[in-house]
Amino acid sequence: MAEDVQKPASSASPKGEDKPTTGKTGTPTPEAEVKSGTAAAKPAAPAAPTAPKPVAGAAGAAKAAAPAKPAAPVPIPWSSPMVEKYKRQYGSGLEALSYLGQNYLNVDRTLLPDFLRLMRNEEEFDYCVDITAVHYPKREKQFDIVWILYSFPRNERIRVKTQIKDGESIPSAVSIWPTADWLEREVYDMFGIVFEGHPNLKRILLPDGWQGYPLRKDYDILKQDKQWVQINLGIESGQ
Amino acid sequence: MTDKAMPNAVSHLDPETHKPYLDSNELIINMGPQHPATHGVLRVILKLDGEKVLGTECVIGYLHRGVEKIAENRTYTMFNPYVDRMDYVAAISNGLGYCLAVEKLLNVEAPPRANYIRVILTELNRIASHLLWLGTHALDIGAMTPLFYTFRDREEILKIFEKYCGARLTTHAFRIGGLQYETYAGFEKDVKNFLALLPPKIDEYEALLTGNRIWIERTKNVGVISGKDCIALGVTGPLLRASGVKWDLRKAQPYSGYSDFDFEIPIGQNGDTYDRYIVRMLEMRQSLRIIEQAVNGIPEGAIMAKVPKVIKPPVGEIYQSIEAPKGELGYFIVSDGSTQPYRVRVRPPSFVNLQALDLMVEGMLVADVVAVIGTIDIVLGEVDR
Repeated sequence: MAEDVQKPASSASPKGEDKPTTGKTGTPTPEAEVKSGTAAAKPAAPAAPTAPKPVAGAAGAAKAAAPAKPAAPVPIPWSSPMVEKYKRQYGSGLEALSYLGQNYLNVDRTLLPDFLRLMRNEEEFDYCVDITAVHYPKREKQFDIVWILYSFPRNERIRVKTQIKDGESIPSAVSIWPTADWLEREVYDMFGIVFEGHPNLKRILLPDGWQGYPLRKDYDILKQDKQWVQINLGIESGQ
Repeated sequence: MTDKAMPNAVSHLDPETHKPYLDSNELIINMGPQHPATHGVLRVILKLDGEKVLGTECVIGYLHRGVEKIAENRTYTMFNPYVDRMDYVAAISNGLGYCLAVEKLLNVEAPPRANYIRVILTELNRIASHLLWLGTHALDIGAMTPLFYTFRDREEILKIFEKYCGARLTTHAFRIGGLQYETYAGFEKDVKNFLALLPPKIDEYEALLTGNRIWIERTKNVGVISGKDCIALGVTGPLLRASGVKWDLRKAQPYSGYSDFDFEIPIGQNGDTYDRYIVRMLEMRQSLRIIEQAVNGIPEGAIMAKVPKVIKPPVGEIYQSIEAPKGELGYFIVSDGSTQPYRVRVRPPSFVNLQALDLMVEGMLVADVVAVIGTIDIVLGEVDR
């Protein structure tokens, strides 16, 4: 992991950013968040040319990894008192990472929904910003489910992610954050992921009779014509 | 009326609860999708007891275009104009959010000059959005005059947009990494003229509405929502602030140079339609303050950061959000290292805020539903995407 930490240094974000420090010292989150916020506000230095020269060795590694471009930033381990506490409690079921100053937690499916409830009740993440999913058809666990959370008292953002297989369901968070209602319905509508315990799980944006789940990667964009326009409306679509 | 519900003329109250039997009056009706007060194609199924609303269900998706799927089939640059078509009355805010998100993913920052011009245009757009909201919202409630006034003054903003980038509504004003166009000759003068023009006009709207008895009757204590409920339901923007929560992303997590500017976050107390009206009126004045500071301090320099011609962000995912006129607008972008985004998720404020409609109108009258839909300030292009 030490190599990974050094890579970004060679890549040279315009201002060096705060990644390497966050990685080594495990800056507590609020600070990291605020930092990234204010960094955007400050006048930006002109990009690449003024980039600090990397430490010897790291540069070679970075070049080998991505010869076409300057080395890419990579997720780095992230630690805070909160993370340590839950790591002790859950062990390997929890992985805390930070990418470009944004923190997220990879959580095992079995810890849900208890972990989400803890985040709200114990850690004051009282605002569920968004729930969404990402489809990776080549993986065994095809779906990433992402909860984007925000805490008003701490002014901090965090993402909770979990992975599930196709056909596997996930516990609903409606009882934790009422806003999850429509957000989960949209994930169901677009990915076909079933949220257990959702009070009214049905399609939200698409018509009830729609075939398939459009945001899955194997859903062809022209499928809409075959599956809906032609059958239901009886017209040629012209696509 | 059935015999069972009313065995004789006097016993129309339930003997145990002393409430009227509902069966005789309960009615389910559709409001929309083609209804002038729904601001687009929103269908609300209302469950009514006479004039009283017992419950609602929103049916949305009539304007669904699959923006998130389109994004996966376009390059980062090509998708930029599409975001304007979501909240089309605040297209510039959409563009700002998207550009900031991709810039974050690329780990570049727009130069200060670009930031200042972005802030000026975004705040002008916020005022334009609020003006359009005010005109149509007042029209829904029965005050027709403000509509003509607000559209007259919004025109001045659209003229600046048109002179700057050639478009009035779906402007595509920003590019990933900064701006494509330098300001035109006379841009600062136009903006300053507008700064002088608008405050007396806002006084004019307030003279028409703020103390108006009919306006107060129609908006006070209508569609009340508490700050706690707002947070639980994820409601953001002027709705949250009118419920007394002092939270604005421009202050809480500043982006695009907002921390350089001095401005207040107006808040309300009661969380009703009237407070939301007041909050938005104050917000327009605060936006003017921001624009004034920005236009007097536009730094010299480049307007474009060093961004490669072909945008290929490294593998990774980020979430970037901004304070759009309607609330928190977020972009969650996953890059697989190619020229096309692997996944773009838009977190639209209108969609989430609309969820609060049911809570806000329960027990109110049908006419209040119109007022509440207006006060949430939805744009269906953004709800449905």
